[in-house]
Amino acid sequence: MNVTESAEPVATRISGPIITATGMSRAQMYEVVQVGELGLVGEVVRIIGDLATIQVYEDTTMLKPGARVLCTGAPLSVSLGPGLVGNIYDGIQRPLPGIEAKSGAWIRRGEKVEALDNTRRWTFEPTAAKGDTVGPGQVIGQVAETPLVTHRIMVPPDVSGHVLSIVEKGDYTLLDPIAVIGTPEGEKEVTMLQRWPVRQPRPIRERLRIADPLITGQRIIDTFFPLGKGGAAAIPGGFGTGKTITQHQLAKWSDAEIIVFIGCGERGNEMTEVLREFPELEDPRSGRPLMERTILIANTSNMPVAAREVSIYTGITLAEYYRDMGLSVAVFADSTSRWAEALRELAARLEEMPAEEGFPASLPTRLAQFYERGGAVTTLAGERASVSIVGAVSPPGGDFSEPVTQHTRRFIRCFWALDTELANARHYPSIHWLRSYSEYAEDVKSWWEAGCPDWEELRTEALTLLQREERLQQIVKLVGPDVLPDSQRLILFIAEIFKDGFLAQSAFDENDMYCSPEKQVALLRLILTLYHRGRDMIQEGVPLAKVTGMDCVSEVLRAKAATSNKELHRVEELARRLGEEADELERQYMKGATCYE
Amino acid sequence: MNDLFADIEDRGLEYVGASRIEGPLVVVDKVRDVGYDETVEIIDPAGIPRMGRVLDVSERQAVVQVLEGTTGLATRTLRARFLGESFRLPVSRQMLGRVFDGLGRPADGGPPALSADRRDVNGMPINPFARRYPREFIQTGLSAIDGMNALVRGQKLPVFSGNGLPHDRVSAQIIRQARLLDEEVEFSIVFAAMGIKHDIAEFFIRNFRESGALSRAVMFFSLADAPSVERLLTPRVALTLAEHLAFDCGQHVLILLTDMTNYCESLREVGTARGEIPGRKGYPGYLYSDLASLYERAGRIENSPGSITQMAILTMPADDISHPVPDLTGYITEGQIVLDRDLFQRGIYPPIAGLPSLSRLMKDGVGKGFTREDHPILASQLFACYAYVKRVRGLADVIGEEELSQLDKQYLKFGEAFEGTFLNQGEYENRSIETTLEMGWDALSVLPREELHRVSDELLRKHYRSEPGTGAQDQACLTVQRL
Repeated sequence: MNVTESAEPVATRISGPIITATGMSRAQMYEVVQVGELGLVGEVVRIIGDLATIQVYEDTTMLKPGARVLCTGAPLSVSLGPGLVGNIYDGIQRPLPGIEAKSGAWIRRGEKVEALDNTRRWTFEPTAAKGDTVGPGQVIGQVAETPLVTHRIMVPPDVSGHVLSIVEKGDYTLLDPIAVIGTPEGEKEVTMLQRWPVRQPRPIRERLRIADPLITGQRIIDTFFPLGKGGAAAIPGGFGTGKTITQHQLAKWSDAEIIVFIGCGERGNEMTEVLREFPELEDPRSGRPLMERTILIANTSNMPVAAREVSIYTGITLAEYYRDMGLSVAVFADSTSRWAEALRELAARLEEMPAEEGFPASLPTRLAQFYERGGAVTTLAGERASVSIVGAVSPPGGDFSEPVTQHTRRFIRCFWALDTELANARHYPSIHWLRSYSEYAEDVKSWWEAGCPDWEELRTEALTLLQREERLQQIVKLVGPDVLPDSQRLILFIAEIFKDGFLAQSAFDENDMYCSPEKQVALLRLILTLYHRGRDMIQEGVPLAKVTGMDCVSEVLRAKAATSNKELHRVEELARRLGEEADELERQYMKGATCYE
Repeated sequence: MNDLFADIEDRGLEYVGASRIEGPLVVVDKVRDVGYDETVEIIDPAGIPRMGRVLDVSERQAVVQVLEGTTGLATRTLRARFLGESFRLPVSRQMLGRVFDGLGRPADGGPPALSADRRDVNGMPINPFARRYPREFIQTGLSAIDGMNALVRGQKLPVFSGNGLPHDRVSAQIIRQARLLDEEVEFSIVFAAMGIKHDIAEFFIRNFRESGALSRAVMFFSLADAPSVERLLTPRVALTLAEHLAFDCGQHVLILLTDMTNYCESLREVGTARGEIPGRKGYPGYLYSDLASLYERAGRIENSPGSITQMAILTMPADDISHPVPDLTGYITEGQIVLDRDLFQRGIYPPIAGLPSLSRLMKDGVGKGFTREDHPILASQLFACYAYVKRVRGLADVIGEEELSQLDKQYLKFGEAFEGTFLNQGEYENRSIETTLEMGWDALSVLPREELHRVSDELLRKHYRSEPGTGAQDQACLTVQRL
């Protein structure tokens, strides 16, 4: 042992993405190393004596025992500064456009590209002055990163003191010192570039209660199963149930100020679709391209598995950085199951004892650590900000009892269960209204009630109707619908209208893809009006066929697509006509009834 | 046989003897300067080299996976020659029209492919930033696919089948009929057969010959009697050539991989022999990543006119779609065509299940400017109505058909029309997309107009037939007769 300890660190065994190296007695856990001539990037995951186990983020083909291992002395960190927004990175924050410029359409091994462009000049505008006392996370200046994002330059989390000097407004690169801060330990230069280790959460002042909803423009989510800003949600669903489309919809229309989309072990073409589509789509609030507030992390299924494991942390660290500027950030991870599988694959190669279905026993801990990095917080600078997390889960065979879905449920409070049967009928989003839940509904109630005082009643009534329909369907399955009284068949009818006219939402129809909260309330009220009037009419003796045959019914069904978010008066107008038509029907039957007397 | 590797023969070091032979694995001790995934020739007592590759290497030993089986090898006498590079395939356009074995060596008696361009069969991941999104609609002439689950150029769309179902006939028909609407481009075909029987390979060759596609097809055969581990390389070899044809030569390649279930079984065999911790049903935990490394080698890239459209056929053991192989495949590919035993038994060809089949890229390749404006809505409405038919049939099983409401009975009629005329077609019947769409409207017109919630009034006015069965059906008959 003593002989090798003084030796250079070299690889002794290679088994896929896992290698063993000796001479590593000075290595730290999670330190980044470079292996072999190509300098393949890896991370130390186990140390025994002077033997270290390293997981390599790149393909290890033709790597040989004896290859040199170079320790960098630092854990895996990301670069933080202007230039992140609108970019697309792989799992270890290498910019994919930069890789393409160097190695063409294929990702060559050992390619090294700076995450941020160090030569580009940004217009820095100071907001602090010489002599100011500044603490960690405090804002000292800003950069207009994109027309949508004002990037605030903050004092690094480990620095506090007095501003000794700060530059004038002007153009600077990321490496130019922009301020000098006098700290008890001496003078510290601050640049616009910070580094932060991905596996370590960035500090905050305190956590807050969640109060605002993350408006997504998707009716079934906002109205029935809302996610709070700072909350965590899971979308589980078998293949083909529309996880990715739902995630894309949320990433497009959510009212967060920054979107971080992590394509973790998924299809390459899906990331291409996002890249192609987002620059063309307009943010419904600002009218600017959506790409101006989006950061993409793409570690597709055919890219190395160790980098897939780390991509989740890279994404959440970028999100935390923007949160620290006082912004609301939403993170979409598609899919956390692929991440869990990467954990399993690596654990198996490390010959760890497996727990459920081969997953490592640390799976729940890892999931908890990830989801807990979200939250509504007060930043170090004292501002309100949030990171919301939406994780897609891909349970094998669509079976929700598998470990990843089950453990995820423990750490999220909003569950959007995708249903194969709905997806088969091409009812999208195929979120099942009875199997999903959101514990944030209570938290965001007051937000909704500011615009619509009876929001909770409307919502509860609609959900109750859908529940009653499910029970009635059980009976129908046994004996057919004809034995039910008209009042119950009306429920079946209204539930169908809810499904087609409210819950189903097209991702491609211009009017329907984003539904404003106001329009959601208007449509909800419209359908419930139809129900109330229908119920009254049936009590008055109007046959069900007359109610379902009303001219307005087809208009109610198509109102979601026929009216834009700006033409809500047309929904009201439709409600009025519906009332008139119902009045007319009632009058006829009242008259009829008197005649027979 | 080893002419192919003549130029590198002298490069490798040769070791005599192995410390262990177990299943497809050979452990060679005290190796020096051997790389992970390096290609090895294991020379058997008869002096014939067998290909292998290094799965695990340390300073003490190398674990070699022998692709051509370990039968007859002895620990004392075997010799291992490490070739100093990972497994490579010489690629050239001249390989079109030829037949090769599962490792890319000529199997038709012809000379080995001459090319200085030797590619690592593992390929490299495509940079998602450099991909071009696939959009061009491929007309397969099958209504069930074109109408409801359209295939686009550069898509990976597998066929999920079961034993005894006509997946071979369906895929042969697709290959025969596939064409673009507005371009006269012929697809080059790369065919990789893994563990299938000789007569099925024969069936495909016959089909390619009949349709005149043989000269633009390349075949890689690792048939049922070949050593099972060889199959692990066969799809990689085939994909490497496909990538060359598509992205270097600018051709449009249709690659057919059959049968992926056999491939996965070989993977499991090797995993078990290595004593790996198994995942679901004994398949290794990295099955997803491994399959992704194959399926993701499809698509289009910027700066190249070519494309790879991938069709993988897999048989679902016991028709179980939640079995790990179809399940993981479905998570990677862009949809799936599922064959249904019930439809097959009722004599419907192609027995493509209406509901579980899906094409994820359809939305971007059909509709206005691609096929026809009404295509997406028609497909969506057909899916919705057919889903309801399934519910009504469930109900009818319980309460009897007589007890159904009038409307539900009409749905049953729609179901029959949909399956009997829209889905059902001849093995040599090539329907144009217009015919398919018109037949779709014919089927929908069996239902009352008010039931078609998803269709706008305008489209209904244009396409809904007030008298069902007029118009397009005659046109369809005409098309059939013409063919």
